[in-house]
Amino acid sequence: MTHPIRLGAVAAAAALLALSACSQGSATREDSGEDGQVVVRYQEFSSNGGNEANLDAIVTAFEEENPGIDVQVETTPYADYFTKLQTAVAGGTEADAFELNYENFVTYADSGALAELSVDGTAYTPSLLEAFQHDGAQVGLPESFSDVVLFYNKDLFAAAGVPEPTADWTWEDERAAAQALTDTAAGVWGDYQPATFHEFYKALAQAGGQFLTDDGSATAFNSAEGVAAATWLAEKSGTVMPTEAEGAGTPDFDSTLFRDGKLAMWHSGIWMFGPLADVPFEWDVVVEPGDTDKASAMFTNGVVVSANSDHPEEAQAWLEFLTASDTTVDTRLNAGWELPPIADQDKLAPYLEQSPPANRQAVFDALDATVLPPVIVRQQEMQDAVTEELGNAAAGRKTVEQAVADAAARVDELL
Amino acid sequence: MSTTTSSRPTAVTPARKRPRRRNALRYGGNRLRYAGIVALFLAPSLIPLTLFTLVPMVSSLWVALHDWNLITPMEFVGLANFRELLADGDTWAAFGHTLGYIAGYLPLVYLLGLAAALALNTALRGRNVFRAAYFLPVVTSWVVVALLWRWLLSPSNGLVNHLLGLVGIDGPGWWTDPTWAMPSVILASAWKDLGFVMIILLAGLQAIPGELYDAARVDGTSTWQRFRHVTLPLLSPSTFFVVVISLINGFQVFDQVYVMTGGGPAGSTEVVVQQIYDLTFRYGRAGDASALSWLLFVVVLVVTVVQVRGQRRWVTYA
Repeated sequence: MTHPIRLGAVAAAAALLALSACSQGSATREDSGEDGQVVVRYQEFSSNGGNEANLDAIVTAFEEENPGIDVQVETTPYADYFTKLQTAVAGGTEADAFELNYENFVTYADSGALAELSVDGTAYTPSLLEAFQHDGAQVGLPESFSDVVLFYNKDLFAAAGVPEPTADWTWEDERAAAQALTDTAAGVWGDYQPATFHEFYKALAQAGGQFLTDDGSATAFNSAEGVAAATWLAEKSGTVMPTEAEGAGTPDFDSTLFRDGKLAMWHSGIWMFGPLADVPFEWDVVVEPGDTDKASAMFTNGVVVSANSDHPEEAQAWLEFLTASDTTVDTRLNAGWELPPIADQDKLAPYLEQSPPANRQAVFDALDATVLPPVIVRQQEMQDAVTEELGNAAAGRKTVEQAVADAAARVDELL
Repeated sequence: MSTTTSSRPTAVTPARKRPRRRNALRYGGNRLRYAGIVALFLAPSLIPLTLFTLVPMVSSLWVALHDWNLITPMEFVGLANFRELLADGDTWAAFGHTLGYIAGYLPLVYLLGLAAALALNTALRGRNVFRAAYFLPVVTSWVVVALLWRWLLSPSNGLVNHLLGLVGIDGPGWWTDPTWAMPSVILASAWKDLGFVMIILLAGLQAIPGELYDAARVDGTSTWQRFRHVTLPLLSPSTFFVVVISLINGFQVFDQVYVMTGGGPAGSTEVVVQQIYDLTFRYGRAGDASALSWLLFVVVLVVTVVQVRGQRRWVTYA
């Protein structure tokens, strides 16, 4: 008879082997290309969560035009991307080319980890191209830009008899609609906007406040505007929005809630247009409501070549194709992904002709009044401190005033 | 975590009689050949130990003397990292959370493991199946166990709160509530590790000679008296081993915290190793993280030395 402990150990070992087989490839992987091909490895996060096939299409088109180059993409979710990239750079195993968001670009450019590029920049929107220069050198290319708008479920608004949002809405209108639309018995929530750093600096601008003083030496958000912005975010949890204990904050929770038709209003990025194209209800977007001011969050991603790359020219060729080729422009516009950073505005026209959402003009209207995230050296520590204190306010562990004061004190220590 | 530490405390396992010199003499006094054979047998553990423990330890001491964000070149700062850490409230909070974890985990895992060992040391039907079942979590990946417990203790749709609801109890927020987050981690840890404690104590129980119980019975002792005056003292070497190992593992608690709470909510489960991870990989402060690793090492070393010194007072070797 087989001994039970031995049997158990074999079963456990089999289970462990099965689990370990699921682990992903590492950043150190390098497949050799086919005969004579140059392999260009590319690390990125922005196709994760629904746009992987679109990036694949761009890669395929590039490889057809450049049969001598084999592009190998390594996609990592945003939440883990910068941890992985930082470790790869420290270990000298980073890809030939990789993606950076604007907040992280400065650190990497400063470090000397990026190769200087020689590109004809006329294809790009000048302000976006300049964003990826450092000490007069072009060390990155703009890859995309995007903003955050208010998504809403038209069916839920119609069913509740609530008028749909317009560009003139303020927080008061959104608050009243969210309360009218929330139906906890049916599992329907009125609004979703997490109490985090990224929502806070924007809400602060919408309330007319400022995150840092003009010279950047101290925080300026422990103010009436700061309290108003924090209140606006913190009051949603448990009233018109699920609490953390109900699942809020876990990956894909909000997108799943919206896709399931259980969420009436959702503050999210335009990169969700594509993934939401097939939902079985009507939805649209508007520019986010403001308080005293209008302010929309805008994000820019860039791509860079590693200073350690053995194939900088091929890597740059890939990045130029990825950022400004007609294939990329078409793919991004058709898929409803983040927008291409190109100078030629006429090429963007097809984007507006598609739906859903019908009101794509809101994507461009939002650019009339944008707010960029405050950037400091100890960026992640600042973001974590602000998010944690806002979470304390949202969960009722601290008063909003106390949470804002504590967040300001903690950020001041980091400056 | 446990694989790197479990090899260390073998030095404090109950010392049997010294290996006799006859072994050395058998090789005809050829000391060189003897040393070669020793090296050969040590190599499988010595090489990985050197590569993955000793070399990183020494290099982390070097990193601890620098400011380094992993991307830009290192900058020498001497002992400044240590000074800053000792003056930083977050460091003390992390040690406090770790001690809180140990205070809950150690008694719980020991008592549960002892209960399981005592129960499975009897002539219970199917005891081998139970022994295997209790040991299975020990060899399961921490990530799997932590995800399982995260779901079991999920405040809104977890099994535990569902069952509590059936008997009219409104379950707590578990890992979303700063009060309950650490108990959640402790519960998961004790569940996973009790099989390890059980196996060690079971071996200890089986090494106790039956004549001692017979003699005690002849003297008219009760079951409790036999447990108190025969079982517990003779189990003390195994208990000592379990306590030393569990304490070291307790100070190094990380995997379950990282997966279940990530140090939250509101920093209530930010233990020392989670802090080391955050400093390195979230905040790009590898120098501070290395210094904190060394502070932790010193604390674990002191605690272990004190235990080994103190064992004479309560550990009975038969």
